[in-house]
Amino acid sequence: MSRGWPLWEVFVRSRRGLSHTHVGSLHAPDAEMALRNARDVYTRRQEGVSLWVVPSAEIVASDPGEREAFFDPADDKVYRHPTFYDVPEGVEHL
Amino acid sequence: MPHVYGNDFGAPERAPELTDEAFAALLADDGRVEPRDPMPEGYRRTLVRQIAQHAHSEIIGMQPEGNWISRAPSLRRKAILMAKVQDEAGHGLYLYAAAETLGVDRADLLDQLHTGRQKYSSIFNYPTLSWADVGAIGWLVDGAAIVNQVPLCRCSYGPYARAMVRVCKEESFHQRQGFEILHTLSHGTPAQKAMAQDAVDRYWWPSLMMFGPPDDDSPNSAQSMAWGIKRFSNDDLRQRFVDMTVPQAEVLGLTLPDPEIRWNEERGHYDFGTVDFTELFEVIKGNGPCNRDRMAHRVAAHEDGAWVREAADAYAAKQVARTEGAA
Amino acid sequence: MITPPGSSTPPLPFSSDYVLGLADDALVSAQRMSWWISRAPELEEDLALANIGLDQLGQARTLLTYAGALEGAGRTEDDLAYLRDDREFRNVWLVERPQTDFGVTIARLLVFATYQAELYAALAASSDATLAGVAGKAVKEVAYHLDHARLWTLRLGDGTEVSHERMQAALDAEWPYVDELFTPVEGALVDPASLRDAVLGRVAAVVREATLEVPDVAPTVGGGRRGLHTEHLGHLLAEMQHLHRSHPGATW
Repeated sequence: MSRGWPLWEVFVRSRRGLSHTHVGSLHAPDAEMALRNARDVYTRRQEGVSLWVVPSAEIVASDPGEREAFFDPADDKVYRHPTFYDVPEGVEHL
Repeated sequence: MPHVYGNDFGAPERAPELTDEAFAALLADDGRVEPRDPMPEGYRRTLVRQIAQHAHSEIIGMQPEGNWISRAPSLRRKAILMAKVQDEAGHGLYLYAAAETLGVDRADLLDQLHTGRQKYSSIFNYPTLSWADVGAIGWLVDGAAIVNQVPLCRCSYGPYARAMVRVCKEESFHQRQGFEILHTLSHGTPAQKAMAQDAVDRYWWPSLMMFGPPDDDSPNSAQSMAWGIKRFSNDDLRQRFVDMTVPQAEVLGLTLPDPEIRWNEERGHYDFGTVDFTELFEVIKGNGPCNRDRMAHRVAAHEDGAWVREAADAYAAKQVARTEGAA
Repeated sequence: MITPPGSSTPPLPFSSDYVLGLADDALVSAQRMSWWISRAPELEEDLALANIGLDQLGQARTLLTYAGALEGAGRTEDDLAYLRDDREFRNVWLVERPQTDFGVTIARLLVFATYQAELYAALAASSDATLAGVAGKAVKEVAYHLDHARLWTLRLGDGTEVSHERMQAALDAEWPYVDELFTPVEGALVDPASLRDAVLGRVAAVVREATLEVPDVAPTVGGGRRGLHTEHLGHLLAEMQHLHRSHPGATW
């Protein structure tokens, strides 16, 4: 006997125009049931208009141990942000 | 390079262990720990135990109130109560999922509950003898739970904190509906008012016990506070609950069964009597009014459902085989 | 034939008893469904069955309120739910018997939700604006109930040997009570008999897809629409009504 149904991750689009956002997990035997369970568990209070479910085991994540190598190099590229630039007084729509 | 790829959910490989000093630095730096971060083994074990116990409390907590769904005195109350008890199932579910990010299975945690190796909150070993008890649970028990849980929304472990945010958001209607039940009863017929007073008399002290033993008798609290799992001491939270509840009792026109309750101008808090924990320890030991019933109900649901869970697994396996066979 | 309260419009083409029948089916179903909360095979299913029960209860409340208005005697949803005896209830036998086996619950929901889906679709297109409104909302709810029942019928029927046998046994147990849903009723807005082929056809398709057999059993005599019930309804009502009745006139 298995140790219970597999785990699924649930993503909800709260309203049209917005992205799906991760809201939590649940257990379900298969995708069809996972989608329905997600509806019953995570949208009881009108939280969503669209759902995704993904088998948790299929999610690939970066390693927290590699966080510095992954993300720190972006730190000194301040020129990517508009606030880096001086705008002369009186210039609009820039 | 160590494993670059992994999975935050139901993290299969245990995060590398971290010394207390290094962990303290991480906490000071980020304040939040996420699933596959290195962490001290003690931190992980404490979290698994606490989150599991919290989840168990939610699902066992369905029973005392569920006891009144079939007898709710109006259809409006029946709908509210069904939605509320349903929420408790949801809260249990969110919390089990949070625990699973620490590398344990919900199925294993349920086994530990069913075999008595993990506990749930003792408050749910008290019976709901009247309809007013549903009100008292909402007002006092959920009220105490909220005082305990709001700080957990900022707890150092991300998945637990996020689950608590969701729980607290949903919980706010629970306390209000309880207060509303008691308010209606205490302004109703004399029999209804007596029912409400009796419920408050029985649930007041057990609610105070929900905050745990007094601070000088709570050996694990200091460590949990250093780890950012706990933010306030048991006694501080208990005081906060009393301060919040006493004025509400006045609005209800009900008496809290403690003659020592009075406003202390100097402290800026209400004084209250000493909680007698000998009873709590008896209930924890398994000798409360409902311990055996609660467990039997829970185990029966799990065992009676085994054939259903297995059927769904078997069907899913057949579907996979069919899809592969067709490809 | 009855006249709506405070109006001089022509009599409605259906009876308040007919609306009570719709309401009582939903109410008694909800009462049975709510038993599952804290007893389902898995936590996710606790939430699902509670949602279904809440939908049914919501339908019952609206329909009871409407039945009370049609009757014109000032009875509220609670008066009708709590202060009628079993002989005044108009629900079918299918929904009133205990359902403590998950297979039975799914078999019954499959039949009942299919029936409600056809019924509400017809009512939504009917001449009565109130019933059309109620049905228009409910038709979406029961579509989900039916979907849930179908998915579980497939999994139990085509799951393990044990589940196949239990699901077949559940269908066999419920089947004698199916026919009563289609018994002609006096003062009906939608003739129940007109729903028979569509309901049975849809249910049979699911049953066969689940590798199960449509039972071949004789129907019971029924009588719920006339207020003649099984012994089970008295117990259900005793439990449901006792608190309300113990405090006459009280507000909750």
